[in-house]
Amino acid sequence: MMGNPRETILNLALVLLLAAIPLVATGMGEPFYVTLATRMAILALAAVGLNFLLGLGGLVSFGHAAFFGIGGYVAGIAATHAFNAEPLLFGLPGTNQMIVIWLAAVLLCGLAALAIGVISLRTSGVYFIMITLAFAQMIYYFAISWPAYGGEDGLSIYVRNGFPGVNTLNGLHFFYLCFGLLLAALAVFSVLRNSRFGAALEASRQNQQRLAAVGIAPFRVKLVAFAISGMITGLAGALFADLNRFVSPSMLSWHMSGELIVLIILGGTGRLFGPVAGAMVYVLFEFYLGGVTERWQFFLGLILLGVVLFARGGVVGLIAGKARHG
Amino acid sequence: MAEPILDIRNLNKSFGALKATDNVSLDLRPGEIHALIGPNGAGKSTLIHQIAGSLRPGSGTIRFLGRDIGALGVPERTRLGLGRTFQISSLAPDYSALRNVMLAVQARQGTSFRFVKAVMRDRSLRDPALEALERVGLAERAHVSAAELSHGERRQLEIAIALALGSKAFLLDEPMAGMGPEGSKALTTFLDGLRAEAPILLVEHDMDAVFALADRISVLVYGRVIATGTVEEIRHNPDVRQAYLGEEG
Repeated sequence: MMGNPRETILNLALVLLLAAIPLVATGMGEPFYVTLATRMAILALAAVGLNFLLGLGGLVSFGHAAFFGIGGYVAGIAATHAFNAEPLLFGLPGTNQMIVIWLAAVLLCGLAALAIGVISLRTSGVYFIMITLAFAQMIYYFAISWPAYGGEDGLSIYVRNGFPGVNTLNGLHFFYLCFGLLLAALAVFSVLRNSRFGAALEASRQNQQRLAAVGIAPFRVKLVAFAISGMITGLAGALFADLNRFVSPSMLSWHMSGELIVLIILGGTGRLFGPVAGAMVYVLFEFYLGGVTERWQFFLGLILLGVVLFARGGVVGLIAGKARHG
Repeated sequence: MAEPILDIRNLNKSFGALKATDNVSLDLRPGEIHALIGPNGAGKSTLIHQIAGSLRPGSGTIRFLGRDIGALGVPERTRLGLGRTFQISSLAPDYSALRNVMLAVQARQGTSFRFVKAVMRDRSLRDPALEALERVGLAERAHVSAAELSHGERRQLEIAIALALGSKAFLLDEPMAGMGPEGSKALTTFLDGLRAEAPILLVEHDMDAVFALADRISVLVYGRVIATGTVEEIRHNPDVRQAYLGEEG
């Protein structure tokens, strides 16, 4: 929101830093760091989606891997059919065009989120966490047992999908494509948060009884938020599959859902750039600590414990102070 | 006599063997303050919950503006014009007083599914919200978060929200609770004027306020209305004296 200059400066710094990493890396002839930065951008995008639901709406979905994975499989399946020149559905061909894939992923994830949301949003608290987990696990096991698209082994994308005017095979170009989508998602997040819908959603987190008492039914607000959230995370999934040129059931697993929650807590729950800060810190840990020890997640756990105990606002909260709500 | 705004007939609600609401009938007429009093545990809150829609009655009818609202939920009843305040303030704590009222304004306009325009720059939300805050004397505290408001100020904010909703009847659940004598006095004056705008069903323990304000009083004891009448009638009703007022001297 307006009026926190420190947060604005931090946000700008994060944007510039993330944008600069691949440039510097390319200059130094270290293409691996470009991939690392792309991973940061895509995970951040996925977490922006979850942050909308969890940060603004206070709804802890432990099943967002469902949307991340569905997005990934849309990219994988479409590319496979295009590569083999086999029709996909109702005689429609596959495609290797990212724009089409993104639209399909967003649409499908929106529908899936509506279906999952209609049922899970009737519960709250721990039950909501468990039922969203259950739905994601259903889709996970479905993917494992579906041999047509690789089952447990996953599905390879032989050539990264294309985007008009961009050479997506070039890591730097692909990074800026993902980075651009991340910025767009952040803009959407910010506009939505400041809108009337955002006010209703934030009020549903703070006090549902109050929201109902002014005449706004909390269920509809939360359902729409759930759909928007799933759509953003699904888009990130499609990009993630294209980054790795591979999609497997692990994108749908509960570890992934947990990772997204961890990102948000690390970065700052409900803060615009929380997911970005969280994803950058997380991927750095994963890489550097992962290089030192296989048990890097133990140390991540310690850090997470520290954040939860001593820095509830995550990285953004630590640097920029408490959130203001106008 | 004018058609009642709110008309409750033969309402019953039991929790197990306990009859919390026992064949209650009462109405609220245009321009009046109808006070609902009774000792603790008499079932006042249960009754308010049923009127507001957060609790389903066991049997009986609730008509509001001539319409049976028994099957409607809380949001629908609010949109019809039933504005309530809570016994224990229920607000969005992170939001400023202004934003709390702005939420009511947008709800009244039915525009919560607009996704683009920023609320803080939206005069069609801010102006009515500020006006409501001004009416309850909270304009200077508009930008303080609800969590940081004093207890009494939160009570005022609850009323500002009900005002901003453009309510056609007010359901005020102990608006004076926990307020100092100054605050109670100011609120009494305010409510006195408010009845011309919309009638008030007032649940209140502050007997000075009740006797100063009420056009009619209903006395609830063990879930039953044992008497309804003017202040004078209630003061001299032997049953009421015995059941309720007598205990307080």
